[in-house]
Amino acid sequence: MASDYSPNLFLAVFLFVALGFALTPVILSNLWSRFFSPAKPGPDKSAVYECGLESKGDAWIQFRSDYYLYGIIFLIFDVEIIFLFPFAVAFLDLSFGAFLAMMVFLLLLVEGLVWAWRKGVLTWR
Amino acid sequence: MPIDEGLRSELSKSGIFTTTLESIYNWGRKNSVWPLQFGLACCAIEMIATSMARYDLARFGAEVFRPSPRQADLMIVAGTVTKKMAPQVVRLYNQMPEPKYVIAMGACAISGGPFKQGYNVLKGIDRYIPVDVHIPGCPPRPEALLHAFITLQQKIDAQTMRGPNRARHFDPDEPSEFPVPEFGEKDLVPSKNLSVWKPPVILREA
Repeated sequence: MASDYSPNLFLAVFLFVALGFALTPVILSNLWSRFFSPAKPGPDKSAVYECGLESKGDAWIQFRSDYYLYGIIFLIFDVEIIFLFPFAVAFLDLSFGAFLAMMVFLLLLVEGLVWAWRKGVLTWR
Repeated sequence: MPIDEGLRSELSKSGIFTTTLESIYNWGRKNSVWPLQFGLACCAIEMIATSMARYDLARFGAEVFRPSPRQADLMIVAGTVTKKMAPQVVRLYNQMPEPKYVIAMGACAISGGPFKQGYNVLKGIDRYIPVDVHIPGCPPRPEALLHAFITLQQKIDAQTMRGPNRARHFDPDEPSEFPVPEFGEKDLVPSKNLSVWKPPVILREA
């Protein structure tokens, strides 16, 4: 008895219910607005909302993408600081291997910084 | 079509509740008025106090102050409308969707108030947009704003969907926008919108 139904049937039923649940209010409100609330567009009403001021210029402008390199470098050193704090606290108890590992980690990051510097990323043009 | 009151009470005695689409619609509308988050001067402080816990505008379903006119039903003109600000106020009103209402809060918004004689203050926002409720006071207390709000709710409740008293948005002939004034040489141009504002008739004894 328990194996009489197909599990896919439930999926179909759920899909139907979900669609109905989502679409019914939208359809009802659209019908309501069509019959009871005539749309009244106008030049002001359809304009770009700008705190009551008239908008000037185009909204589709280009932003400089150079900033993302600053962002990435900042993020890397930001995370590095987080690692340096426990390192500094536990410094005297650390084994030589741990110290070496930390130095390698720092070296990699400094290397990256030197690379970015030489590439001229840090100079804002 | 309104239900006969006798029939309605007869039905309710036998346990049948009747209502009209209109009353349900107005009940929903009057209890979910969202004001525009928009303060111009000191009255705005009282408006903020009204929305906070002590005076609790949320009891009337109007605690959701919307920062965009696209989502607001009610404009509370809270404060002095300078002539520099008036075009923005009218434009914001134009950008609100129907049905929309206006409460002019405080002496400045209804008439210019203590600055009425000044060169740069609009002598009442009702010169440009249709105001539903005027509140006097400088500034009005939060209770006064609550009273204005209840008055507005009564007004919404009395509006019909058909007939001469129908709400603005049911009337296709009502304008959707009001002319935005511009800065002229000496004053805003036009200095008033005569379709919404009737100049007071001054009667003098001879």
